[in-house]
Amino acid sequence: MTRSPTERTLQASADDHRIASLAALAIALGMVDAAIPSPLPGVKPGLANIMTLFALHTLGWRAAVWVTLLRVIGAGLLLGSLFTPGFWLSLGGALASLLLLGACRVLPERHFSLVSHSLLAAQAHLLGQLLLVRLFLIPYDNILVLFPPLALAALLSGAANGLIASHLVQVHDKD
Amino acid sequence: MFKAGDYLVLLTLCALLLAAFLQLGRHAGEADSVIVRQNGTETVRLPLRLNRLHVARGPLGLTEIEIHNGQARIRRDPGPRQYCVQQGWLRHNGDIAVCLPNRVSIELTGPRQAHDSLAY
Repeated sequence: MTRSPTERTLQASADDHRIASLAALAIALGMVDAAIPSPLPGVKPGLANIMTLFALHTLGWRAAVWVTLLRVIGAGLLLGSLFTPGFWLSLGGALASLLLLGACRVLPERHFSLVSHSLLAAQAHLLGQLLLVRLFLIPYDNILVLFPPLALAALLSGAANGLIASHLVQVHDKD
Repeated sequence: MFKAGDYLVLLTLCALLLAAFLQLGRHAGEADSVIVRQNGTETVRLPLRLNRLHVARGPLGLTEIEIHNGQARIRRDPGPRQYCVQQGWLRHNGDIAVCLPNRVSIELTGPRQAHDSLAY
């Protein structure tokens, strides 16, 4: 076969491979998230975000963005929820927390660990989703009564995921 | 694993969360008027800041609705079991007293409608 003059070969770097495997792990954790029964719509542990935090700490913010977006799209494909309202909410929450994680880079690492990042990102995730719901899905202020209980859930899951991620990072740094 | 800043973030978020819960409770409690219904249709809406006695006529007779100090109650009702009278003073947005035999009900309402349920 003759090579087309426009054909190009993409070389995947070592970081690309790391991002891909973290994204794959995040998708698997996303499946676990989806399988866990939830007492209230919108309350989920968000285990997949552990991989975002791990990527953030080990590979940087751009890698965290890649891992998260690949996870959102991959989980949407596997769950059959691609481009449904649930998918947009997932994407909206992910983008809001990624933006906040980007802003969090100003926090000095000496005083703030991944737990801080996780706690703040969990709240940003919730705010991004509620904003989308308020704007497009349920355009009434009534949904704001959902905020306090959901924020409590986000606080707990944010703390748990942050602790798990920083433990993983500690194990990773030792090796 | 926890650093000093983490405690700061955690405490700040806890304080904001507490404030959010308190704010929610306050809004749910604000009522400024009472809706009187007969046969399920609203007949009159009375402000809670004026003390007064309102009488509604139902199939059994007269139901007396009293408004006093920003609260409302059924003072007298011809119904046999007196459930709505025993309910006493209503204070919060969304509180409701129903005198079923005489087909009269009162409901407290405010600038924001309280929720009796949320559906997705």
